[in-house]
Amino acid sequence: MRRLKPVDVVIVGGGWTGLLMAKEITSRTALSVVVLERGPARKTEDYATTMDELDYAIRLRLMQNIAEETVTHRHSSADRAGPIRQHGSFLPGTGVGGAGEHWNGISYRFLPDVFTLATHWREKYGRAPLPEELAVEDWGVTYEELEPCYWRAEQMMGVSGKAGNLRGRLIEGGNVFEGPRSQEYPTPPLKSSYLSTLFRKAALDLGYHPYPAPAANLSESYTNPDGISRPGCAYCGYCERFGCMIGAKAQPTNTLLPVLARKKNFTLRTGCWARRVTHRDGRAEGVVYVGPAGEEVLQPAQTVVLASWTLNNTRLLLLSGIGEPYDAASGKGTLGKNLTHQVGAGAQVFLDKPLNAFMGSGSLGVAFADLDGDRALDRSSGVLRGGHFQTGSTGNRPIATFGATPPGEAESNWGAAWKKAALAWRDKVAGVGFSGEHLSYRQNYMDLDPTYTDKHGDRLLRLTLDWTEHERRQAAYGGGILAELAKALGPKAINLSPPLGRYTVTRYQGTHIQGGVIMGGSPERSVVNPYLQHWRTPNLWVVGASAFPQNGSGNPTLTVLALTYRAADAFVDRYSKRPGALL
Amino acid sequence: MRRREFLTMPAKSLGGLLLYTLAGEPVRVQAQDGTVRVPLRFFTADEARVVAAACERIFPSDENGPGATETGVVIYIDRQLAGPYGRDRYRYTKGPFVESVPEHGYQGQANPREIYREGIRLLGDFADLPAAQQDERLQAIEQTVFFQMLRAHTIEGMFSDPMHGGNAGLIGWQLIGFPGPVMSYRDEIDRYHGLPWRPKPKSLEQVTRRRVKGWEEEVD
Repeated sequence: MRRLKPVDVVIVGGGWTGLLMAKEITSRTALSVVVLERGPARKTEDYATTMDELDYAIRLRLMQNIAEETVTHRHSSADRAGPIRQHGSFLPGTGVGGAGEHWNGISYRFLPDVFTLATHWREKYGRAPLPEELAVEDWGVTYEELEPCYWRAEQMMGVSGKAGNLRGRLIEGGNVFEGPRSQEYPTPPLKSSYLSTLFRKAALDLGYHPYPAPAANLSESYTNPDGISRPGCAYCGYCERFGCMIGAKAQPTNTLLPVLARKKNFTLRTGCWARRVTHRDGRAEGVVYVGPAGEEVLQPAQTVVLASWTLNNTRLLLLSGIGEPYDAASGKGTLGKNLTHQVGAGAQVFLDKPLNAFMGSGSLGVAFADLDGDRALDRSSGVLRGGHFQTGSTGNRPIATFGATPPGEAESNWGAAWKKAALAWRDKVAGVGFSGEHLSYRQNYMDLDPTYTDKHGDRLLRLTLDWTEHERRQAAYGGGILAELAKALGPKAINLSPPLGRYTVTRYQGTHIQGGVIMGGSPERSVVNPYLQHWRTPNLWVVGASAFPQNGSGNPTLTVLALTYRAADAFVDRYSKRPGALL
Repeated sequence: MRRREFLTMPAKSLGGLLLYTLAGEPVRVQAQDGTVRVPLRFFTADEARVVAAACERIFPSDENGPGATETGVVIYIDRQLAGPYGRDRYRYTKGPFVESVPEHGYQGQANPREIYREGIRLLGDFADLPAAQQDERLQAIEQTVFFQMLRAHTIEGMFSDPMHGGNAGLIGWQLIGFPGPVMSYRDEIDRYHGLPWRPKPKSLEQVTRRRVKGWEEEVD
């Protein structure tokens, strides 16, 4: 093994969190930072020729090559796990920028009570028992503490939107149910698509409070506090699963990398596959990786930061033998617990006018949060947490969307009758959706698979995950509201998504996988402290949605970035001056 | 070295094909009288006939517009199977291969090439049957991995960028009013509300004025 010269900080993962940590550390200290990214380099100019649905949205050319590494899944500890052989329910990215390149840009804040959910429930329900398999925890940080970091993340990306709660003052047209914001959004909302206009009217007719979905896809040209300028969105409709060809969608490569490129104390190494964090006596010593030529390399470092997405953060710690793996039977151990995804329901609404749905932007849409959290819920509903409702004009492409027909109109999904019906309804099918909080449970967790391995022979991560009756009730609750909403759109026909069954890896449900390296107020119940510093190995930091004890109803990226800013502040302002445990 | 196989088609059935040879050279085949011979990369001529006939039943050419034949879907599938996708370069193929629950999706060992070869074998004399009997035969295999792949690939071949070998002459996109990749809808997104915006479609190459290679052209 080749041993390199030590550096101050080695960061595993060149996506949003890794590059943001690198930017903050290299901008505010003289420390040397090396980022290891196993995928290729990526840049805006590459993306002009990638507006190809087949290669990028269907064959998933920007994603991790699942042939080299995947995860296994089982529904319960009693089952045998099978490998996820092709991408399905979530899409891990690879290359510089990671999943932050191919995301949609939707940038919701979480509700304040999400961060203190265990406390919130104690206050709301007193001693009334909750289902005992719940593993919900406080995050160890409050919304109020995180608010300035949310604002910095929004400024960094230039999020387009409209505030609904400015320092306690409620504003019509914004999300009046959100936590108080210190500032209006950096840029105004995106333009309104036809579908957005229809949805807003339907929601208002039903008495809800629709607002424009906050977008990291700029509504107008914008220069962020780092001096990075990006143009307004062109509504080309190639966001999700694509990189932005003009840089309107905030991505690590167009927002963070240009800042880092000027830093002499920053080094980015692509094609480097991290396999282990080496450690001794409660101290991380460096990262062992396989380099582009297949050679094993040890990069010693004073501090190690894991920023390699939820699943790989957890797996690297398990493979490295750092921390106590969670045991679901006894409830002992913390590493790997509180695996969550996202609860959803949807409806196809068949309208009488064309939508030009190929026009759009990844986060162009309208949402309402009247039923988010549990403000509108009581225990008798059997639903503990709700979610938000939205429609999106994200850019329909024909391979993925052609063929929708109203229930009963075509007997089969091929042949002349189907073709006729599908052509008649082409571009008249709107999607509306419900996105609910997925609570954490004792029985949903991650560990290492005993059977399957990656291309280097390292054991794969095993997900033990299934929906419970609660998620089925949540989805049914959301589906009921969606049915009313669909009717209010004046449809010719409606197709509701089927009831939530067992967790499936075959259907895309969002790349919102959380937990495994959760944050919290005590080392007995969490892996990292509220600054994302490892409780037992203080020169190891683990950033990303792996830190979420449970998820919120909104897309996680903005919260991930806010937590990363907070971690970076603690690192720069306190840890770099006096390395050691912050708590 | 495999024997060169060709798909022979009536030229007037084609929308005007932009094809790429294995060397990556573009060859444009325009609709004309007589027949065109398209070099095949994976299928034999007989296999291509069976697949083309099956795709035509999935997305038929009829009074509602062109279908799989005119768009050259079989050529699209031939190129996909010849490329890395056909060999499962992007699927996890480590064993053990164990039957699993339906929620885990296809767990088999066979790659798309092998699935097609076996499926085509089972279809037998399919290409020579009357349409009604062809439909019956496809209905009988609707639940198989092969058929589901064939259906998905037919739609892909109809509506993917012509650089991949299907959607000849962009007639798949014309059929459904999809304009192809468009660099900006800034001026249209909030103007065409409830009104169709249906420009003449353009391919990625026409839009970017750059030659773009599909993933299937990747050699390993």
